[in-house]
Amino acid sequence: MLKQCEGSHAVAEAVALSRPEVICAYPISPQTHIVEGLGEMVKKGDIKDCEYINVESEFAAMSVAIGSSAAGARTYTATASQGLLFMVEAVYNASGLGLPIVMTVANRAIGAPINIWNDHSDSMSQRDCGWIQIFAETNQEAADLHIQAFKLAEELSLPVMVCMDGFILTHAYERVDMPTQEQVDAFLPPYSPRQILDPAAPVSIGAMVGPEAFSEVRYLAHAKQMQALELIPKISAQFKEIFGRDSGGLVRPYMLEDAETVVIALGSVLGTIKDTIDEMRADGISIGVLGINSFRPFPVSAIRRSLSHAKRIIVLEKSLAVGIGGIVATDVRMALDGLDKRIYTVVAGLGGRNITRSSLHRVFRLAMHDQLEALHFLDLEWSIVNKELDRERTTRRSGPIAENILRDLGQAKSNVG
Amino acid sequence: MGHQEIKFYQTGTFTVGNRLLPPEQRSVQSDIERTNSLNSGHRACQGCGEALGARYAIDAAMRATNNQLVAVNATGCLEVFSTPYPETSWQIPWIHSLFGNAAAVATGVAAANKVKALKAGKALPETRVIAQGGDGGTTDIGFGCLSGMFERNDDVLYICYDNQAYMNTGVQRSSATPPAARTATTMPVGEHPGNEWGQGKNVPLIAMAHGIPYVATASVSDLRDLEYKVKKAMSMRGARYIHIFVPCPLGWGSASHDTIKLARLAKETGLFPVFEAEYGEVTNVSKIRQKQPVEEYLRLQRRFAHLFGKKPRLDEIERFQHMADQNIRKFGLLGDDKATVGYYGAEHE
Repeated sequence: MLKQCEGSHAVAEAVALSRPEVICAYPISPQTHIVEGLGEMVKKGDIKDCEYINVESEFAAMSVAIGSSAAGARTYTATASQGLLFMVEAVYNASGLGLPIVMTVANRAIGAPINIWNDHSDSMSQRDCGWIQIFAETNQEAADLHIQAFKLAEELSLPVMVCMDGFILTHAYERVDMPTQEQVDAFLPPYSPRQILDPAAPVSIGAMVGPEAFSEVRYLAHAKQMQALELIPKISAQFKEIFGRDSGGLVRPYMLEDAETVVIALGSVLGTIKDTIDEMRADGISIGVLGINSFRPFPVSAIRRSLSHAKRIIVLEKSLAVGIGGIVATDVRMALDGLDKRIYTVVAGLGGRNITRSSLHRVFRLAMHDQLEALHFLDLEWSIVNKELDRERTTRRSGPIAENILRDLGQAKSNVG
Repeated sequence: MGHQEIKFYQTGTFTVGNRLLPPEQRSVQSDIERTNSLNSGHRACQGCGEALGARYAIDAAMRATNNQLVAVNATGCLEVFSTPYPETSWQIPWIHSLFGNAAAVATGVAAANKVKALKAGKALPETRVIAQGGDGGTTDIGFGCLSGMFERNDDVLYICYDNQAYMNTGVQRSSATPPAARTATTMPVGEHPGNEWGQGKNVPLIAMAHGIPYVATASVSDLRDLEYKVKKAMSMRGARYIHIFVPCPLGWGSASHDTIKLARLAKETGLFPVFEAEYGEVTNVSKIRQKQPVEEYLRLQRRFAHLFGKKPRLDEIERFQHMADQNIRKFGLLGDDKATVGYYGAEHE
């Protein structure tokens, strides 16, 4: 059924259709509307046989999820930013134990300085945590991916993070085709756990493992993610059969076949990039885009295949590996190992800074002429940066950086006014 | 065999024999019905109070739940000594997640059990859950999750095995470590040797302040009382807390054969009040039978040896005595005295 609704509500409905049995809720922007929506549905009885637990922290949210999943319940929670960091110990534990929890990460920057707006720093910080990480481009896909995520998680007995851009998707009202309960039931069978805390057949879960077996246990975590590389496209195809649309998969090519320049990105910024590419194509420029849907597992072969004809690659990412540059770009380099291609890293949209078509035009054209530096910060205000660097050179007690920059920016603006 | 009506303790001894008790109060140590949920062969130290306490607590919970029990374990000695790869001592479904989240994991298990019961058309789940941890996992790192579980009144019995320090990591101070005690992070050096005075938290009283259905303290020196409290706790729904005093020969520097004696002295001095509380009010205290001076308790432990050297710290020993006497007054541990703590005005359900 077509609906005009907020991204968060679309996700809440998709989760509800997946018949969750335990939901842990802790508020943090910008995911809050999702768990609020679910709370109301459970209380009204729209979601039957479901426990909705208002926990005291994100660490507790993931810990409750670990308990309920291990006891055999289909379990969901959502978080973002600082919340994801606060639950990290339990995040690693959930994947280490192989518990198929599904969690939305409404992507948001990490402080300090505190910032509530969108970038991918939060989920990227967890790229090695053993969870599957899939990214949504639109609200439709965000809703669809949650239904797929439960199936993927439960088939592999691994937790899945569905990443969607905070505010840009979570708070945007868009048209979403909501599936029916019959469709979802046909797609997603009831949860049948691989391991369960059952008095009729007692098992110990989470025992001490030393050097004699730890490597094997960790290797199997990797092997499962490699299985996911095959399973994700299969699930996407099954989804298309029942729901009639493309959602998910490993990568999403656009205008790629003959493209000399290829942009790689994740999430909602793909829309702006596609618009930019349409305009550049109209100018006769050979450029395309490859969206990465599955970041973990990283689809090395699919990316290598998709980029075989490309001369240069621009990885545009909303994250920064401080001290080296790109996070996604590093993985792309790995995928293209041994191939002769220029790879540019563009760090963009940090802390919610808008990524505009005009800025994209500028960097894409610079790259096409091989005039872009290897690591570029999109729309960085150099005068402000240099002013602070100068202050630090000349003053020992130069003060807190973020506050200095805010003050400098304020002065710059009032000078203009 | 018949039995005679007795006061709980006979005179002339600190103990009471099984044969003097009515059958329902007798220990079932060698009963063939005993589940041995924490089976023999684990790697606890000789004289480990925690292993003893856990064995009795869990078997009592098993009996009370018709063997429909799941255990959640915080990281710590109990977790480590019971599951050295590839073996496990646990004969019941058991999960260890992290150091600081046992209460929350148990909340999750309880929630899953409840949903399963609902789906089967039952109002209440038959399968129950206990969470357990040491004092570090309970009073320090796990305290946030514990308080959250209490506050939501989740259907979990949390058992804290209190041996008064982080023993698994090599005897470091916790918020349950008594003053003056030597630990690896509160060495007996300087002007105030050992742990600081005026610190620490009393988690049973904090648990009571949540107004939860049941809070009790218990000791491995009185296993029947411990079993009774676990059984009682499992007859109730909602958040319940039992804090068990478990001496640690390794961390306390005491003889393995003195574990029970030390636990008994902790109670008989008044240093560890044994009581029950329901909905924030003290409902029952185990009276001191034969009051002992604190020296008797302190002297047996090397962690307090610096109080008894060539220059005994009579001032510090006096402070311990004051602490014990204060407990005796507060909880009414002598004669017909009444407890004066724990009236928080929480409503009975």
